[in-house]
Amino acid sequence: MAEGIRDKVAIIGMGCTKFGEQWDKSAEDLMVDSFSEATKDAGISTKDIEMAWMGVCFDEVNVGKSAIPCSLALKLPFIPCTRVENFCASGTESFRGAAYAVASGACDIALAMGVEKLKDTGYGGLPDFGQAMGTRNRMLLPNITAPGAFAMMATRYFEKYGLTRDEGKEALAKISVKSHANGAKNPKAHLRREVTVEQVMRSPIIAEPLGLFDCCGVSDGSACAIVATPEIAKKLKGDDFITVKALQIAATSGEELLYTDWDGTYVKTTREASRRAYAEAGIKNPREEISMLELHDCFSITEMVTFEDLQISPIGKAKEDIDAGFFNLDGKMPSQPDGGLKCFGHPIGASGLRMIYECYLQLLSRAGDRQIKDPKFALTHNLGGFPAMSVCSVGIFGRK
Amino acid sequence: MIGITSYGAYIPWNRLQRQSIFQAMGWYSPFTYGIAKGEKAVSNHDEDSLSMAVNAGANCVSGLDRGKIGGLFLASTTLPYDERMNASIAATALDLKSQVSAADITGGLKAGTTAMISALDALQAGRMNQALVLAADSRLGKPGGAYEHMFGDAAAAVLFGTENVIAEFKGSFSLSYDFADQRRASGEKFNRNWEERWIRDAGISKILPEAIMGAATKHGVNPANISKICIALPADMSGMGKKMMLTPEKFQESMVNTVGDCGAALSVLMLAAALEDAKPGDQIVVVGFGSGADVLLFQATEEITKLPARRAVKACLANRKELTSYEKYKVFSGIEDIETGIRGEAPAASALSVLWKDRRAIMAYVGTRCKECKTPQFPPQRICANPACNAKDKMEPYSFADKKGKLFTFTADMLAFTFDPPAIYGLVDMDGGGRLWMDFTDVEVKDMKVNMPVELSFRRKYVDKGRGISGYSWKAVPAGKEAN
Repeated sequence: MAEGIRDKVAIIGMGCTKFGEQWDKSAEDLMVDSFSEATKDAGISTKDIEMAWMGVCFDEVNVGKSAIPCSLALKLPFIPCTRVENFCASGTESFRGAAYAVASGACDIALAMGVEKLKDTGYGGLPDFGQAMGTRNRMLLPNITAPGAFAMMATRYFEKYGLTRDEGKEALAKISVKSHANGAKNPKAHLRREVTVEQVMRSPIIAEPLGLFDCCGVSDGSACAIVATPEIAKKLKGDDFITVKALQIAATSGEELLYTDWDGTYVKTTREASRRAYAEAGIKNPREEISMLELHDCFSITEMVTFEDLQISPIGKAKEDIDAGFFNLDGKMPSQPDGGLKCFGHPIGASGLRMIYECYLQLLSRAGDRQIKDPKFALTHNLGGFPAMSVCSVGIFGRK
Repeated sequence: MIGITSYGAYIPWNRLQRQSIFQAMGWYSPFTYGIAKGEKAVSNHDEDSLSMAVNAGANCVSGLDRGKIGGLFLASTTLPYDERMNASIAATALDLKSQVSAADITGGLKAGTTAMISALDALQAGRMNQALVLAADSRLGKPGGAYEHMFGDAAAAVLFGTENVIAEFKGSFSLSYDFADQRRASGEKFNRNWEERWIRDAGISKILPEAIMGAATKHGVNPANISKICIALPADMSGMGKKMMLTPEKFQESMVNTVGDCGAALSVLMLAAALEDAKPGDQIVVVGFGSGADVLLFQATEEITKLPARRAVKACLANRKELTSYEKYKVFSGIEDIETGIRGEAPAASALSVLWKDRRAIMAYVGTRCKECKTPQFPPQRICANPACNAKDKMEPYSFADKKGKLFTFTADMLAFTFDPPAIYGLVDMDGGGRLWMDFTDVEVKDMKVNMPVELSFRRKYVDKGRGISGYSWKAVPAGKEAN
């Protein structure tokens, strides 16, 4: 069995734009903005970058296919540049390309760029999935939306654990309330207003049982990371860098839909990816060892089941931890300290890198108002697709 | 012996009270007060004549071997395609074998009886041993007119064969006249008519007796021995019984106040209703009217008592929901365009080459079952998804459309575009295995319950106006009663 990439890759600089409705900026503008922050942070110039990856999902209709929009916007000097896409996990996929390049010795310094400009469709929510699921599926599957696909997991979860609709919605509401409280502290977040449980529970239904405040923001934005070997990191940054402890991804084999053992209350790819990530990082007891979480809270229910899928909360008991404030900023294991997808926003290709950005800030004690005390391991969870048919990345980060 | 071997019906669950039409349009046409009685069946937003015909056909052949069907005759004046054989679409949806002679029979309201005669001709000629007749119509009356009240949507099906005949075919008689009581030119949406008194006095009251007496004379039938006569007209025709020594109870009810005038389907629907109540030995006469007339004579056999109960007129009439909004009716039937928003405009482009390649999956809901571990899977797979099996290329076709299941989970989505928000969809675990991700229809959110029993219904999935494509597939509906 391969030993993995633990401590073989360092993050020496990161950038992240404000997420939100950036009507006056193009995807190219957003990439230049996050890239400028990252190179400045790393103390390097464009010519130091040897390879680059660009993660983008739906935005190809806007920014165009291939990695050329990235190399062209950033004026990368004829270096290898590759576009990757894995639904909402595209940002982490971009990071994985850059990290693996450094870990393999193919290059010393690489760029992982993520960007998405979603607000040029003319309507709210994500672009229509009818165009994104393949020619046969659009003739077979319902006209699915992301909230609908995840709402089906809430229906199942409530049913299995005997929660009434109100009890279930209240548990979910607390998740959103926590993320709004965190987002309000974050100047780069899309949604910066605190909300109450009552507001969340009363919000208009988007997809039964999920209401508006159970859904994350749909945003424009970019985030990027510059990765290097630990030796170069030490030379450039002294101790001011973090390393990748684990980076794992799992894509479904189709079992959830095609083979009927899956009970619909969890995400199988999260369980698979996190199990491997813990092994790679050498983590034995996630509930005790992980300091903070940046989860793919596209919907409140996703965050709820992810607590369980990551072996943080016992199966079926996430509600107890939520009620106890375990995941609040002042709790034992803060979740979404930057506001998460819920409030920081969700420009798809950028989200995985935005999660890493928050881990980076927290681990280097740069998170200002929302700084967590002495974090050791920070975990990112970046989920693409739907619970029934998904791809999931889990990253674990720490100081060297 | 040649004759009927099975029958079925399909009536959309939405029923519109005629009073609600009158309340909306009576200000313009107060004369419609007299006909604003009872209710009519109206298509849901995802139904048309083709989808209804397929469901009637599925109800008709339920539990029977479809492999013996050699002909499919589809009667309707409201088929979705002028060119592209609608009957071939229906044959695909019903997963009939490809060696089927399929034909659309259209153009006039006697198309239903003409289709039955065509099927029987083919059987008598020995061209095939079984032929399926589907009849459906969903005609539109212009708002403010009488037809808006009268027309209803429905479908019916009859299977003809040479074995296990429940009603023997005794003969037919046909007349063709260009009696233009109603017409609809190509590309037009609504029917037009000539004066009703002329239709009654110069048409119906002359042509019908000529046809019925002609049939009786030709086949030596004493009208007095007729048990049921099904005259496919949306009115009580018992007034004409005296001349022919037929008492009023011998006239099969035309369902005008429950279904409405379902055009070319009415003759077949009334026949199905008559068969539901028929006893061995009963003589049943079916009369189709429109651009002439057809008469068919049947006599029920002992076999009729042996045919397992099936979903026909009674079960379909019982499965109803009142559509309280006249505006919904106008939107669902396509009379009125609505603002779909940009999300609703985004075309679900269909690749017809993909539809052809995957027609059994998309149109007939045929998936695969692993021959090694017996796991049914949908859509079709080449490598078994059971992690303990993963057998490669060991699959056999496996049909889901005729099976029931139970609801695993669902949502009601206000973001997804549908003509009837919210879009309800979910996962269904099929009896015998297999999990399907399906749209739901004919259900309200409040009635959706995890684990509720469901079955499948053939529906129009989308209309791609820009490319002139109506896309069809199966949706899930709450499981209904088998039959009476």
